[in-house]
Amino acid sequence: MDYHSPASFAEASALAANASGITRFLAGGTDVLVQLRSDLVTPDTLIDIKKINGVSDITRNADGSWTLGVAVTGAEMSEHSGLGRDWPGVVEAMDLVGSTQVQGRATLTGNLCNGSPAADSVPAMVAAGVTVMVTGPGGTREVAVEDIPTGPGKTALAKGELISAVNIPARGERGGDAYLRFIPRTEMDIAVVGVGVNLRLDGDTITEARVSLGAVAPTVLLVEDCAKAIVGSALDDAALDALASAASAACNPIDDKRGTIEFRTEVTGVLAKRAAKIAYARAKGEDL
Amino acid sequence: MALDDRKSDFNFVGTRPDRPDGLDKVTGRAKFGADVSAPGMLHGAILRSPHAHARIVRINTAKAEAHQDVKAVITRADFSDKPEFRPGLEGEFWNVLENVMAGEKALYDGHAVAAVAATSALAARDALKLIEVEYEVLPHVTDVDKAMAPDAPVIREGAADYSVPEGMHPNVVRYHESGHGDVEAGFAEADLIVEDSFVTEATHQGYIEPHACMGSLGADGRGELWCTTQGHWYAQKYCAALVGIETAQLRVTASEIGGGFGGKTTVFIEPVALALSRKANRPVKVVMSRSEVFRATGPTASASMDIKIGMKKDGTITAAEGIFRLQGGAFPGAPGDMTAMCAFAPYNLTNVRQVGYDVMANRPKQAAYRAPGAPMGAFAVESVLDELCNQLGLDPVEVRLKNAAYEGTKANYGPTYPRIGLVETLEAAKAHPHYAAPLKPGQGRGISCGFWFNHGGETSVSLALSEDGSAQVMVGTPDIGGSRASMALMAAEVLGIPYENIRVTIADTATLGYNDVSHGSRVTYASGLATIKAARHAIERLCERAAAKWGIPVDAVKWENGCAVPSGPNAGDFDPMPLADITADMGATGGPISGHFEATPEGAGVSFGTHIVDAEVDPETGKTSIIRYTVIQDAGKAIHPDYVEGQYQGGAVQGIGWALNEEYIYGEDGRLQNSIFLDYRIPVASDLPMIDTVIVEVPNPGHPFGVRGVGETGIVPPLAAIANAVSNAAGVRMRQLPMTPPRILAALKDNG
Repeated sequence: MDYHSPASFAEASALAANASGITRFLAGGTDVLVQLRSDLVTPDTLIDIKKINGVSDITRNADGSWTLGVAVTGAEMSEHSGLGRDWPGVVEAMDLVGSTQVQGRATLTGNLCNGSPAADSVPAMVAAGVTVMVTGPGGTREVAVEDIPTGPGKTALAKGELISAVNIPARGERGGDAYLRFIPRTEMDIAVVGVGVNLRLDGDTITEARVSLGAVAPTVLLVEDCAKAIVGSALDDAALDALASAASAACNPIDDKRGTIEFRTEVTGVLAKRAAKIAYARAKGEDL
Repeated sequence: MALDDRKSDFNFVGTRPDRPDGLDKVTGRAKFGADVSAPGMLHGAILRSPHAHARIVRINTAKAEAHQDVKAVITRADFSDKPEFRPGLEGEFWNVLENVMAGEKALYDGHAVAAVAATSALAARDALKLIEVEYEVLPHVTDVDKAMAPDAPVIREGAADYSVPEGMHPNVVRYHESGHGDVEAGFAEADLIVEDSFVTEATHQGYIEPHACMGSLGADGRGELWCTTQGHWYAQKYCAALVGIETAQLRVTASEIGGGFGGKTTVFIEPVALALSRKANRPVKVVMSRSEVFRATGPTASASMDIKIGMKKDGTITAAEGIFRLQGGAFPGAPGDMTAMCAFAPYNLTNVRQVGYDVMANRPKQAAYRAPGAPMGAFAVESVLDELCNQLGLDPVEVRLKNAAYEGTKANYGPTYPRIGLVETLEAAKAHPHYAAPLKPGQGRGISCGFWFNHGGETSVSLALSEDGSAQVMVGTPDIGGSRASMALMAAEVLGIPYENIRVTIADTATLGYNDVSHGSRVTYASGLATIKAARHAIERLCERAAAKWGIPVDAVKWENGCAVPSGPNAGDFDPMPLADITADMGATGGPISGHFEATPEGAGVSFGTHIVDAEVDPETGKTSIIRYTVIQDAGKAIHPDYVEGQYQGGAVQGIGWALNEEYIYGEDGRLQNSIFLDYRIPVASDLPMIDTVIVEVPNPGHPFGVRGVGETGIVPPLAAIANAVSNAAGVRMRQLPMTPPRILAALKDNG
């Protein structure tokens, strides 16, 4: 196994482009090292991106948007004074991943690139409209988070491409987001269902919404019908019921050791309602 | 010398001093199974079957053997395939050998088929990939009911014993039937009969420390073994037989143990390490991964059960009948008999009949898990009792009190109970504030009683006094529940010297007489009894020395508060002679002073408990929260109450896991789907409420201080108590464990 610690994303990209066999990028390592130790994946080339300048920075830009380095950890996000005020749903979703020890290592980018449909931070990022910068042999491009995963364990990243930054939009006025997941315990588990909701109000009326579902399809879903169900409403019972129906209708889950098709489909609607209520309250300025 | 046979006032027993192994454990100084190494040591790794049931056509180890880092490769051929069987143990020796290393067939996913020893753990793991195994995959079965069906694949012809009635499938290997009275007549007297069926999945003990050992065996047939185990004499006997050496030539030392709960009462990797060591002529360490622990050690049995109970309107049980089918993996041993005997044991029944089946399937060989077999049976029986109480509008504690067994009751499994404490636990439940606390909407309360036999077992203890008056106690039962503290308290009580002046050691097999395993809730009872008797034996010697010094007869000396004293005014006027004054010159007054005791104590004393649980069910997701839990159990006499409470709380916690989320999940291919803690969901700390405990003390007549074992009874009531709480909260009877959110939500939907 070859280990590299490049000083730039261009260098990292070139190393990956020229590598043969299995290549893995190493940020927090909470997936890569676990897979390595359990003999699931033994990379031929391991490219550590933690030593690139700026990868641990959390930056609030002049327009109110945020840029996060690819090695920013869940703990650093949770402990940041401003990020969670703007995007509590994104921060809380990341904070649900793993244990306290894992939080000291795990990153949004790693959670996304692992390609799990059950990744907690991904529905929250999709709902929030997060984009990532993808650096490859041909330069750097901006890609929406929902366009990165293509199936369980698979991403749209080509050979030699890696994510080089995470962009979270400006929160703006009267907006709120929330992420909820279902697990049978209280922590340290994998989502059976995950729902991210992000919305904006004018008065009491929802004017914009993005609803994203996790663990109910081969990839995290951005569900337009869920947004339509609540936009224009004040999140009354009829709107909530329409949201739940749309969310359940969008599910295309599997039966597995973590849950049944029926259960996932039903609970997706339940969590969509609960997450929407939290996002709505946050948009109204309530501290939840 | 005068010694009370029974004691009821104590100086040390019942106090809560720090545990002697505490500092070692919190600082990392304690040495567990994987914490040893030796010069030249190799690392072993085991190749495991990916198939649930397959004939092993051929194994080619040539490539692995040729690898420069590999020093030995073994298969079944490297074991003593005809171990020198001892009378009465032939079958089980063969079963253990067959489980340790597959012979003609791989019998379950994870069954060991070969092993290597290499210069590093990584090299050993990678060398396994060089071993080529050709399998002929066979049909498999993992479900207990399907394993009994006429068309089920046969695991092994001829495994059934004499007890199995003719015409049963060969996978049914033992049959138990017992009871008394006339159940049909009893059912005819009932005002209400409830008949229902229940299933439970296999669970794992979930001990934090995976199996680990280091073995060294020379060409001279002499060996050393260090391992994490609940019973190193068992390990000695079985390992010696499997590698074909004399028992006494293998010295086994038990490491500090990171949990066992019954799962470390047998051997898995230990004979493999020894066989590898003999072939490589170097010490070999083997450490299981968590996945190996799940796939290839001993989980509980799974169960399928039918219960029928008749009751009068006043709550009197008129008849009870149960059929209990237990699946215990690809070997005989599922405790269908235990389940049958325990299920109705709390009750004074005129008419009762119970049937138990031991059924084989393509799963790992089940091992003990706290009160093996009893929790499942209690789940089924106590669920039906709850249903009867609900339908008749009766209080569940009052109904249990009305039918409770007491001293003189003829137990459902045969004997007549001596003094027992079930009624006292029920009275304590009735009086507990928990039982009267109001419930909110969506919450439900569950009650259950539970029973376990408890065990005595072969026991040896040796106690040696030092010149400064301190004492060392050598016991042979690995400390899985704070027993070193309890032994020191009992020795302090008898000797009359401070707890801190006593060091208790788990002796190895070469330095103490034979000891049965730390199982059956026997340690505080049996090793405790032996410690008391060994201390009394030493006191006899101490009194002799004092008598000689004073020049009076030994029967004119008694032991009081750590001193020899004249037994009365006529014996002479002497100041009390402290223990340390006698030991100071013991070398010159007759030699070292020690005490010892060897026996098989028979008076373990059965144990009962009653649990109260409040649960809340989210009707939209089926998720259960346990919001309040109270354990009430008879300890006979609590030697160190902290550790008694710890056993109670631990039983409740493991029961919560078993009831709500823990299960072995097999795919259609017969492979285990959830062999890591991520998907085998034991409770995490935040899942749990504070578990309240009430220690009831109804002394056991079979122990000098009244001790009853407490390690197992605590896991008998939880499955039923939680199922009753959840069923009452959800308004629908839950008949399958674990009660996962998908199952609860489905039950709610079916219920409309």
